[in-house]
Amino acid sequence: MTEIKVDVRGQTCPVPLVEVRKAVRKATVGDVIEVVGTHPASMKEIPLAVKALELELLSIEGAETNWKIRIKR
Amino acid sequence: MAERTTIVVQSGDMDKMYSALIIANGALAMGMDVWMFFTFWGLERLKKGGLDKGPLSKMHMLGLGKWMVKQRMNKAKVVSLEKLMADFKDLGGKIIACEMTMEIMGIKKQDLREDLIDEYGAVGMYIDKARESNVTLFI
Repeated sequence: MTEIKVDVRGQTCPVPLVEVRKAVRKATVGDVIEVVGTHPASMKEIPLAVKALELELLSIEGAETNWKIRIKR
Repeated sequence: MAERTTIVVQSGDMDKMYSALIIANGALAMGMDVWMFFTFWGLERLKKGGLDKGPLSKMHMLGLGKWMVKQRMNKAKVVSLEKLMADFKDLGGKIIACEMTMEIMGIKKQDLREDLIDEYGAVGMYIDKARESNVTLFI
């Protein structure tokens, strides 16, 4: 299992979502993707993408302008 | 088979190009297949060097409005249309160029960014993709 870091701090819609998708494509089953960002809308929509992609949402931490989301492929 | 979004890009306006590409990238990011069908003024944006050349759909004011909106977009750190297009292709997005528009407007394949285009076709090809789409939009 590897951990993939995605840093989208300072980026706005749709970049955080797109970068998560790119990371998921690179990951293999069991890998964990850790995303950090500052765009409030992305904090809400990344979990929607996780559900749509049938991945596992491990955790959401922080404030909407400084958050960390962990996803398991 | 993955769910599909189909978008007709008929407008060449800058703001609508943003809408189309952001929605397309969102759909790809959420695991859908995406086909964009570029027709009429939209196809002008696939000409070499043309992606960013569209006017604003409202308040263009001979370019002043567009300039002001671009300043605000830069401040809000909105990415360029080129970046959105690069991500779209990177995530496997597909593009159809309308052959009838090419005939009407006298556009040749070599005028277009052929590296971005997956298919050349007309309405039948659009319907073929759209009829099995979960989301379809006309922008």
